[in-house]
Amino acid sequence: MTDIRITVAGLRKDFNRRPVFSDISFDLSGGRTLAISGRNGSGKSTLLKIIASLLSPSAGAVSLTIDGVEIHRRWTFRHVGMVAPYLHLYEEFTALENLTLIDRIRGSNHTASEYEEMLAMVSLERRRHDVVRTFSSGMKQRLKYALAWMDRPGLLLLDEPRTNLDPEGITTMKTLFKEQRGNGIVIVATNEEDDAVMCDERISLSGVPPPGAPGTGRKGGR
Amino acid sequence: MIMKSDGFIRITAAVFRKDTSSELRTRYALNALFLFTLTTLSIILFSFQSATVPVQVHAGLLWVLIFFAAMSGLSRTFITEEDRGTILLLKLSTISTPVFYGKLLFNVLLLLALTAILTILYSLVLPGFAVMSMTSFCISLFLGTVGLASASTIIGALIAKANARGTLYPVLSFPIVLPLLLTVIRATTIAMEDPAWDAAMDEYRVLVSYIVAINAASYLVFEYIWKD
Repeated sequence: MTDIRITVAGLRKDFNRRPVFSDISFDLSGGRTLAISGRNGSGKSTLLKIIASLLSPSAGAVSLTIDGVEIHRRWTFRHVGMVAPYLHLYEEFTALENLTLIDRIRGSNHTASEYEEMLAMVSLERRRHDVVRTFSSGMKQRLKYALAWMDRPGLLLLDEPRTNLDPEGITTMKTLFKEQRGNGIVIVATNEEDDAVMCDERISLSGVPPPGAPGTGRKGGR
Repeated sequence: MIMKSDGFIRITAAVFRKDTSSELRTRYALNALFLFTLTTLSIILFSFQSATVPVQVHAGLLWVLIFFAAMSGLSRTFITEEDRGTILLLKLSTISTPVFYGKLLFNVLLLLALTAILTILYSLVLPGFAVMSMTSFCISLFLGTVGLASASTIIGALIAKANARGTLYPVLSFPIVLPLLLTVIRATTIAMEDPAWDAAMDEYRVLVSYIVAINAASYLVFEYIWKD
């Protein structure tokens, strides 16, 4: 397993001076999993985007270390796999082309058989030459899992992981979850109890407290 | 951690290949450019009919066509990524620099092809269009096109997240590309009047300086656009 650690300290995010969450802190090492829950608009997706370095925090810091070396936020993407409803695929390309193009843009060089293997893992091997535009939303979600898992990332971020998935897709998602647990860290943003119970720890984003109150990120071990 | 130069070139080429394949399938920019070229050339042809037009007017008209064609097509590279939500997939796959240069390369080659086709059509349909120095004319077209594509690419990236893009793009572009347009129209006019290839050397220097300056500024600015 990769010696990976993520430390989130005193994180706050405001949009147009409106606080979304504040004082979020947690620390996870390889093999640990975390569920983030909270009502709509509490900032679950925003928190995941900040962890993935897609957004900057208004205050606080996210530190990702691999083998004791801190990774600059510019290079975080190399260690992150993400599945989220707001992450969209290139619909004019086929499933196989999406894997190939993104793999090349990542600077990786997987073989054709590895692409086939990834597509088989998410049960899309028979539709590999079909353009993504013709896929159902569940099939697109499966392809996002293949893209996220392709480089075996140290940190897997799942936002509403079972969105649009059928029972077979949910089983695939759970298999990946277990494999990732042996590979690194998983952080799941969800309000589904079935997803949250798979995680070792949980924080709840319950909104920004009034001035003087303690932080919103309540971490509870399981 | 740094990216090695061969890795940078490979990723830039991968972004360019993705954009080219995507454009060939969706034809977002190609259709806009083709329709714009067809309609404007037809309007100019019917307006002028057999009237004799001064050289300066030909040079100005040619660059007006190229400028507005660039405005209608080149901003698409970043806007489509933003509109379709695929920009996040790119951000999770690589750093900003190869994305910018991959898209810049795509825009430069697209506009070079468009300029070549537009110039050939223009010279065929409009009477009185003659070039004294073909070398000077080609240098002017090349430098002007690269400068225009460079400016259009960074402005397209800047406005991709804005709401009123349709208005913002030409409004923001005009002051940025005005020095380029004035210089390249002068260089093109000289190429149509003077047979010496180096008669517009001062204009070439200004155009090269413009390309270097706009690309240096783009390199510095794009990292901030990319972040949030």
